[in-house]
Amino acid sequence: MQQDLPVAAGNGLLHRRAFLAGGGTLAAAFTGYALSDTAAAQQLTDDSWSRGRGALIPEYASPSAFEKGVARTLSNPRGEPRTQHARTPHHLLNGTFTPNGLHFVISHSGAPDIDPATHRLVIHGLVRRPLVFSLDAITRYPLVSRMHFVECGGNSAPMFSNEPVQAGVQAIHGLVSCAEWTGVMLSTLLDEAGIDPGATWIIAEGSDSMALSRSVPIAKALDDAMVAIYQNGERLMPGNGYPMRLVLPGWEGNMQVKWLRRLELVDQPAMSYYEARTYAQVLPDGTAYQFYFLQDVKSFITHPSPGLRLNGPGFYEISGLAYSAGGRIAKVMVTADGGKSWAEAALQEPVHAKAFARFRIPWRWDGSPVVLQSRAWDEAGHVQPTRAEVVARRGQTKAPVTNLAAFPSQHYNGPTSWAVETDGNVRHVYA
Amino acid sequence: MPRRHDGPQRHRDTEKIYLKPLCLCVSVARESAIAFGIAAMMYGGVRAQSPNLGTPIAEAEVAGWDISILPDGTGLPPGSGTPAEGATIFAAKCALCHGPEARGGTNAALVGGAPLTNGIDTAKTIANFWPYATTLFDFTRRAMPWQAPRTLTSDEVYALTAYLLSINKIIGAQDVMNAQTLPKVRMPNRDGFRPRFPEMIP
Repeated sequence: MQQDLPVAAGNGLLHRRAFLAGGGTLAAAFTGYALSDTAAAQQLTDDSWSRGRGALIPEYASPSAFEKGVARTLSNPRGEPRTQHARTPHHLLNGTFTPNGLHFVISHSGAPDIDPATHRLVIHGLVRRPLVFSLDAITRYPLVSRMHFVECGGNSAPMFSNEPVQAGVQAIHGLVSCAEWTGVMLSTLLDEAGIDPGATWIIAEGSDSMALSRSVPIAKALDDAMVAIYQNGERLMPGNGYPMRLVLPGWEGNMQVKWLRRLELVDQPAMSYYEARTYAQVLPDGTAYQFYFLQDVKSFITHPSPGLRLNGPGFYEISGLAYSAGGRIAKVMVTADGGKSWAEAALQEPVHAKAFARFRIPWRWDGSPVVLQSRAWDEAGHVQPTRAEVVARRGQTKAPVTNLAAFPSQHYNGPTSWAVETDGNVRHVYA
Repeated sequence: MPRRHDGPQRHRDTEKIYLKPLCLCVSVARESAIAFGIAAMMYGGVRAQSPNLGTPIAEAEVAGWDISILPDGTGLPPGSGTPAEGATIFAAKCALCHGPEARGGTNAALVGGAPLTNGIDTAKTIANFWPYATTLFDFTRRAMPWQAPRTLTSDEVYALTAYLLSINKIIGAQDVMNAQTLPKVRMPNRDGFRPRFPEMIP
């Protein structure tokens, strides 16, 4: 039977369409593994939940109580006077969009409790006529809905550690999420205010207590920027900017200003705290990047990953997430032998631009130690670099990172490697 | 290779309708004194197709929110302050988190900093990293004190800015900071930056 399996790469990676192209023959071949796991058959009887009426259906549903472990991890659960991070548990989710309650949040001073009836958005500065918009007015514009990821510039920062941190997807890559955002194109509102030809940047500012502000080039504002008011069909979550936020598809999360209240058109960047200091990255030669803007092409495997133990040899699906500021993900390659051989993964359709792409590939694990890794390409030709390439350009820490909440640097987009041990446990390695 | 639906492509075409008149306006306006009139006419054409639900507001009415300070000093309010005045205010309103004499507490130290020669292990500070002194005024005024932002007077913000610049040896202990002097302060790492994507900088 072994030689009938459509092997695509070393250590048991199978062709991405093994279950589609091969039809019944292949499926039957795999069923053999499943049957061996269920040898101890038993008589089926009604379970307790099948013998009485079920629970009341609530007005607003929450996940099953059995799913209470599917939650964000909090860096500052008591709200001490510093930044709060809530990280998405990607290893416990699937598909391509992030449920609103699990969307990552970073807030530097909590989530303001904004009354939507009195919230205002002002557009002023180098415009023909300054305008103010209520939420009601914004809601009446022609709205567009688009799938986009939002990623913190500091997501994946533990990957700058000179030795692999022993952590999983949530701790390492939990500061990225993907949602369907609905709102009005910013270009529509700017047209209405009339852009002065001298304007080159827009300062976007929130109504949080820190009045967080970032400078955005006008070209991005006119390209695909949106003032979003819905997130996955419902109004924005408080932590994600309720009642309105800037969405700059593919760009650094901190620039996509939440609780948006002011857009000022200017002829120079403000050099605000977060652009002049926080989101500028020190380089090995002592200079620093400024205005990184883009979240480069990246991918990581979510299943399996640390915390998801494999239950013995046999069939598993390897899957994960890929995304890029450069547009649609075009291809994801997966290796199970630490990079010696690669197989192309299937991409969940449709693949949206600047959004999560879910990749999947079937795998037959023989129980021996393996190293899994993914690598992504986008439609513009950008290739996810190796970790060695990232480190050569950006550097790494001189001592191992022990504080997972620290940000040694930002904008890591190299690969992540998971070692599967013979006992089925998965740990983080560099490969 | 998977095929994609063509929905987003249609969106892009729609965007071009918005982009074209704007690009024209910019190029025309740079060459001609009558350009703004032409631009207004063209915008008028676009605007006629818009719901037009924004309410005009005078810049004077925006003043309470208009707190951005630009690197050239645009936006700096009247007022002034000295390092000595700032030291007193710092002890009363800032040392709780940033420690006595800004040497660090539950939040970051605001004095000192090693040269940027240790790669990503170097902590970024006012002295070794911040490119513009105006950022110090802007952020202090908009975001500090953390528990009570935008409660400092302009004189207090100038004084705190002067204090932090002085203890970092960027200005003298007697230097007065105001709307004229602050933008002229040259930060040590002013030229230490390069855009990640130069072609994207306007």
